[in-house]
Amino acid sequence: MAEAKLGHGEQRSSGATGAALLIRGLRKAFADVVAVDGLDLEVARGECFGLLGPNGAGKTTTIEICEGLTSPDSGTVEVLSLNWQSGAKELRQRIGIQLQETQFPDKLTVEETLKMFRSFFNRGISVEESIRTAELEEKRKSRVVGLSGGQKQRLAMATALVGDPELLFLDEPTTGLDPQARRHLWDLVDELKQAGRTIILTTHYMDEAERLCDRVAIMDHGRVIALGTPQELIGSIGGEDIVEFAVTDSHVPEGEGPFGELRAGSGAPKIHVDVAALMAIEGVQSHRVDAGLHQLSVSELHLAVPRIFAVLKEQGLHLSEFRTHSATLEDVFVRLTGRNLRDE
Amino acid sequence: MNKLELSSFYQLTSVRFKLFVREPEAIFWIFIFPILLAVGLGIAFRNRPADVLPVGGTTAQLTQALAADKGLTAKTLDEAEGTHELATGQILLLAIQRADGVAYKYDDTNPDARTARLLADRAVQTAAGRKDAVLAGNELVHEAGARYIDFAVPGLLGLNLMGSAMWGLGFAIVDERKKKLLKRLVASPMPKSEYLGSFLVSRLVMLIIEVAFFLGFAKIAFGVPFRGSLWQLSLLCLMTSMAFSALGLLTASRAKTTEAVSGLMNLVMLPMWILSGVFFSASRFPAVIQPVVRALPLTAAIEAMRGNMLQGTGIQSMMPQMLILVAWFVVPFAVSLRIFRWR
Repeated sequence: MAEAKLGHGEQRSSGATGAALLIRGLRKAFADVVAVDGLDLEVARGECFGLLGPNGAGKTTTIEICEGLTSPDSGTVEVLSLNWQSGAKELRQRIGIQLQETQFPDKLTVEETLKMFRSFFNRGISVEESIRTAELEEKRKSRVVGLSGGQKQRLAMATALVGDPELLFLDEPTTGLDPQARRHLWDLVDELKQAGRTIILTTHYMDEAERLCDRVAIMDHGRVIALGTPQELIGSIGGEDIVEFAVTDSHVPEGEGPFGELRAGSGAPKIHVDVAALMAIEGVQSHRVDAGLHQLSVSELHLAVPRIFAVLKEQGLHLSEFRTHSATLEDVFVRLTGRNLRDE
Repeated sequence: MNKLELSSFYQLTSVRFKLFVREPEAIFWIFIFPILLAVGLGIAFRNRPADVLPVGGTTAQLTQALAADKGLTAKTLDEAEGTHELATGQILLLAIQRADGVAYKYDDTNPDARTARLLADRAVQTAAGRKDAVLAGNELVHEAGARYIDFAVPGLLGLNLMGSAMWGLGFAIVDERKKKLLKRLVASPMPKSEYLGSFLVSRLVMLIIEVAFFLGFAKIAFGVPFRGSLWQLSLLCLMTSMAFSALGLLTASRAKTTEAVSGLMNLVMLPMWILSGVFFSASRFPAVIQPVVRALPLTAAIEAMRGNMLQGTGIQSMMPQMLILVAWFVVPFAVSLRIFRWR
């Protein structure tokens, strides 16, 4: 999928506006760890693009190469049709950056911090406007040390916005925040999207990528393992819904019987389930089992569920757990990396 | 924001001041500590008038003769008592009446006791009717400039300039690196040279306040002399501060944690606390290590400042010290610019 997008990108980058970001054959190793292993990506202007993956997938290394903070071992990176070798000075003026774990000086106020960052840019929005956008009006005169985690993160966003950037890099913007602060930050990113800014963000929260991103690249071990809109990616696993269930043998009370000692941590005993019969049900796309919990990806949930009940009953199995949810990027990731891990 | 506020150099420098002023501990170490040190040394090493020495006599007549000397207090003791008081240090000398004259019992390895011997004998001889062969009078001098505090103040000034420059730069930079603020700053269009420049400028302003405060105190409280040109003294302070700023920058150029940089700075500064003649003359060290001692920036700074303040020596005759200070600025600064890490 990545290769297909690349071909498309090559044509587009020669256009007048060009891509916001174009990465080809990017590689970076630290000591003996390969952090980025041959990455190709293209992000169009006005897009909100997400790099999604677990810790250690190479997201931060990738974004820091794009930000000109790390130099790649090989490969090319074009940002706003410029590169870091010759256009660094201009690029710094045109992009906005929020890094992981930046601690601003404790004893400066919000306003003082933003005034300092504003002074680095030749043009940009006013400090007042950045404070308003980040909804930090009440904290304007407060020192950084007194801000909550969410407020500190919004301050970091404001420092990225004062230069009125064409392209905004956000590295794990909501990591470590409580749910309310996360939603607050999402609203802020939404507003920036509405204003037409190009945003590239990394996250290891699948729901965040789904909520915010127009397109998502799922990364694992320094490679892109899936690329597309969240809907495309969810569709790629073959079902819109996920059915999860655990079973017990209806003849054996829980905690006893020949398989009692094999019970998994979730409380579900390991009992033979005829997977073939489940897969034969119309609308069931795939099956996997994880710690005694069976997962089916299913299309046409309303028709499939009664049939699943029937099949399990025929096998003399008793349901101890049963739930369904709409498929998410989480399910996509589990499907993709799960298979990969088993192949290795 | 007005035009000044839009200047990145102004913003960076004003941030340095704000962060300094909002750190009460730093203010203590830079302004209060050297004064406390000077006061402590001034009190401990003040030149006192000669003590009145306690002595004893075995007869009332002897005691009266001894007590007639201003430098002695005397009491009557028998020989056994007197010997006991001598042994316990309550008196320094016992004058014993013998049939053929007077015997003095004292410890000749104790300088005070030797003085007591001279005074006691003079008192006894005078009481017995001795006349001085030559008429002698005293003219007393208590000259500022020859006291220990006069020697110590330039040393403390050098020590203070070293500490404030090294901690001011080194600690602040490493702290900002540890907090990943340096990385965030270079990710912005901030001109890197302005970041380092803001440290030097704020150091310069702080230097003026710090030196004026300390030397003003030394002048008012102790009457420490300023015999050389004040302009030249200011130049020496500036060169000292710049040399140690460069050293501070060098120690901070790679360290990732404040603990590491603290250790590194102590490693640099501690030998100079001892070797560079802050509290006693550096010339006391053996000749073999003198070239090393002389080459240290703090030794050069203190020698030059002592020369200026106590002897009134002009900088033209302190070129070696000036060159040492310049070298200690140029080399560490050049090296740290090459090896400095922003992340």
